[in-house]
Amino acid sequence: MADNILVMKDITKEFPGVKALNHVNLEVARGEIHALVGENGAGKSTLMNVLSGTYPYGSYTGQIIYDGQECHFKTVRDSEKIGIVIIHQELALIPELSIGENMFLGNERKGKFGLDWDETFAQAEKHMKQVGLKERATTLIKDIGTGKQQLVEIAKALSKNVKLLILDEPTSSLNEEDSKMLLDLLLQFKKEGMTSIIISHKLSEIAYVADKITVVRDGSTIETIDNSARDIDEDRIIRGMVGRELTDRFPKRPRCTSTEPILEVNDWCVHHPIYTEKQVVSHVSFHVNRGEIIGFSGLQGAGRTELARSLFGHSYGTGITGQLKINGREVHLKNERSAIEAGLAYVTEDRKDNGLVLIDTIAVNNTMARLEKVCSRGIIDIDQENQVAEDYRRKLATKTPSVQQAVGNLSGGNQQKVLLAKWMFADPDVLIVDEPTRGIDVGAKYEIYCIMNDLIAQGKSIIMISSEMPELLGMCDRIYVMNEGSLVGEFPIEEATQEKIMAAILQSGKKEESKGVLQA
Amino acid sequence: MKGTINQDAKTLESRANSIRVSAILKKYTMVIALVVVFIFFTALTGGKMLYAQNISNLLLQNAYVLVMGCGMLLCILTGGNVDLSVGATLCLVGAIAAQLMSNTSLNAVLVIIICLAISAVIGTWQGFWIGYMHIPPFICTLAGMFLFRGLGRVVLESKTVSISNKLFLNIFSSYITVPGVDAGEIHWSAMIVGVVVAAVLLVRTITGRAKKARKGYAMDSAASAFSKVILIDLLILFYCWKLANYKGIPVMLVWVLGILLLYAFITSKTAFGRYFYAVGGNEKATKLSGIDTRKVYFAAYCSMSILAGLSGLLVAARIGSVNGDTGMSYEMDAIGSCFIGGASAYGGSGTVPGIVVGAILLGVINQGMSIYGLDNNWQYVVKGAVLLIAVIFDVVSNHKTGKA
Repeated sequence: MADNILVMKDITKEFPGVKALNHVNLEVARGEIHALVGENGAGKSTLMNVLSGTYPYGSYTGQIIYDGQECHFKTVRDSEKIGIVIIHQELALIPELSIGENMFLGNERKGKFGLDWDETFAQAEKHMKQVGLKERATTLIKDIGTGKQQLVEIAKALSKNVKLLILDEPTSSLNEEDSKMLLDLLLQFKKEGMTSIIISHKLSEIAYVADKITVVRDGSTIETIDNSARDIDEDRIIRGMVGRELTDRFPKRPRCTSTEPILEVNDWCVHHPIYTEKQVVSHVSFHVNRGEIIGFSGLQGAGRTELARSLFGHSYGTGITGQLKINGREVHLKNERSAIEAGLAYVTEDRKDNGLVLIDTIAVNNTMARLEKVCSRGIIDIDQENQVAEDYRRKLATKTPSVQQAVGNLSGGNQQKVLLAKWMFADPDVLIVDEPTRGIDVGAKYEIYCIMNDLIAQGKSIIMISSEMPELLGMCDRIYVMNEGSLVGEFPIEEATQEKIMAAILQSGKKEESKGVLQA
Repeated sequence: MKGTINQDAKTLESRANSIRVSAILKKYTMVIALVVVFIFFTALTGGKMLYAQNISNLLLQNAYVLVMGCGMLLCILTGGNVDLSVGATLCLVGAIAAQLMSNTSLNAVLVIIICLAISAVIGTWQGFWIGYMHIPPFICTLAGMFLFRGLGRVVLESKTVSISNKLFLNIFSSYITVPGVDAGEIHWSAMIVGVVVAAVLLVRTITGRAKKARKGYAMDSAASAFSKVILIDLLILFYCWKLANYKGIPVMLVWVLGILLLYAFITSKTAFGRYFYAVGGNEKATKLSGIDTRKVYFAAYCSMSILAGLSGLLVAARIGSVNGDTGMSYEMDAIGSCFIGGASAYGGSGTVPGIVVGAILLGVINQGMSIYGLDNNWQYVVKGAVLLIAVIFDVVSNHKTGKA
């Protein structure tokens, strides 16, 4: 009987329309490093948010037993009080404040009168020494690199007397050297008796650092693999991560046979809009044939959205170079309007943030990308606009009492339909759909797939960006794989498997030197 | 059993009714508030509010609020941004007009054109910085407030300059008199206009409904549509009767109505107007829909300054002189009436009819307190309270939190 510091029993967490966690069980032994692996959206982060109290007790079902005691966390502070600290993927540091101030934010060292700055900075430097961070505590966060910022987060956790440290993709934004340092730090902490849970996509790191590996898939824990001998086979993990069966979740469509490219991209490079020296998309070349659905697979941050947005009228990035051909003619799309007029549409990833005007009605949103189609001499024909919206409502079976309803009142799936309707009304030749089924339930997903097939039947072409591999495998004619801004693979659908795609992503980091010349 | 089912149906029905009533109350809260406040002050002042002269003056005194409110609405629609410089712009343009007319022999029409052109230049200046250089509107217009106020005082050489140009005054502050009709005690031309407008509104409601019925579009019930138009018609007739009893139709009313109708049309019927709502509702989505959001900001602030310039002329003509303090804190009246009139402080919603109600509500409170003889200082207190209550109501009733 192992000495378990943490047992999570039968955890179930539902979001409106989606079961994010389904009877999850997790056991973490005292003093081990426990890795959680799984695809994007498998439920790893949700599980950790349940543990840390980000989702308060009562919003999920199941038991959390920590140190032999059942816990009911109402806030993150409750879990921190007993030594559970989570470090999120996006660092929660305030750039304009110093390291010391950040470390004790919300947990300030108080003196007799106000804050005790001497104590604050002395304490901060003590913890900074523990993590091997050689900086002054008075240095501002914005003046140190991401790797050091990650260390500050860990030092901050130490200042809270952490016993169980949870790291959500701690190395995703670090270079190799910093990653190695961080992992070694974790191993050192382990010797000192601390327990850690680490979420990561980088299997090599996990194999290096983890004692046990739990695989999460579709909101369930699939298996826990022992790695205390450090002899785990990466393929073994990949199989666990993707090993679900593909059933009839995708509507059938005849395979596209056209070889007439409607959209061609050659040697496309994009730089980050703020850190202009950083290349976000690097030398990407691909094409889309008429009537084809091509997929872009990759992890979050692989540069797929950035690629799509830079193609769509340079709406992202600076220093964009490369050639874009539509219908065989080279085009220079300076802004979103020219992209729409050239026959492109970009159905945005985040419908609430970038896609829809939530306070406006369905009708208003429906016509927004091509308002001139219901205008004569700049005057909107409101009746015609409503008619258009009504037509799309019927065609896409959007569930709403009327097209005068504010979009914000609709469910996620129906919002997604309005977003699709908006871009269908713009009448493009090529639709880029970015995560078209994120956060919507299975039934609505199927309807979205049907709409996509209908569009193909009408002679349109689709570029589909998705982090859900089964969806790409079920819908696409061809799949491109991206990692860290580069194309790292291309598979015709007959050859594509989840294992191959995963392997292409995970192994691309190893052959750094051959980057950019990969062409399957 | 049957009895309970009936009972249930009845309670359901009454619940549906109460929902409908509360929806109407919510939609017309400010109109109702306006009526209540008007009745309150009429009672307080022993009916003086209803004097023809006071009714006529109510509009003239608030002409600048209505005109600038239209421009301010566009600014606020883009995301709750305001233009703080309009009072100063008003002063500067008024000052230029006054100086041109007292020192040169330029024709008044030419002066007006020059002044509006200068306003357009000011608008281009502000619109450029805000729209194309992404300077925060609050800061840019705060700077404009000092800049233009200072320039205005320079132009005036710190004096009060009076305006005596007959043509200029006629264009802005006279009354329309038709020979023969308006000779007597009662200016019948006002009444004739009122009857015509009322009739047109009624006919348009009927034909509009007929067209909708023919095309099979959804529409309101006949009772609510007609009761609404009849109420509005009665108000128009009442208003015109009061005007007819006091000098007739003021020219300024024509200017104000022209601007109001133009902006009501732009905001509700044109693609251009739609973009202001879209930018305020979700700027990123608007940009990704192929709309040039920079142009939208530019247009909002450019039109605002032109309207502020026009208001400068209106105010100068009405008061008959311009000094360095002309238009002081007028921006707050324009901003206040937008928010009282239901514009969202986070952008994306608000209407021209809303501003009219907001501006008149503020005007009635001002006038009522003045007639009653309430101390000027207390008028500020009351105005502040009204503004706060209106915005609190808006936020609470619509659960607008800005972020969500």
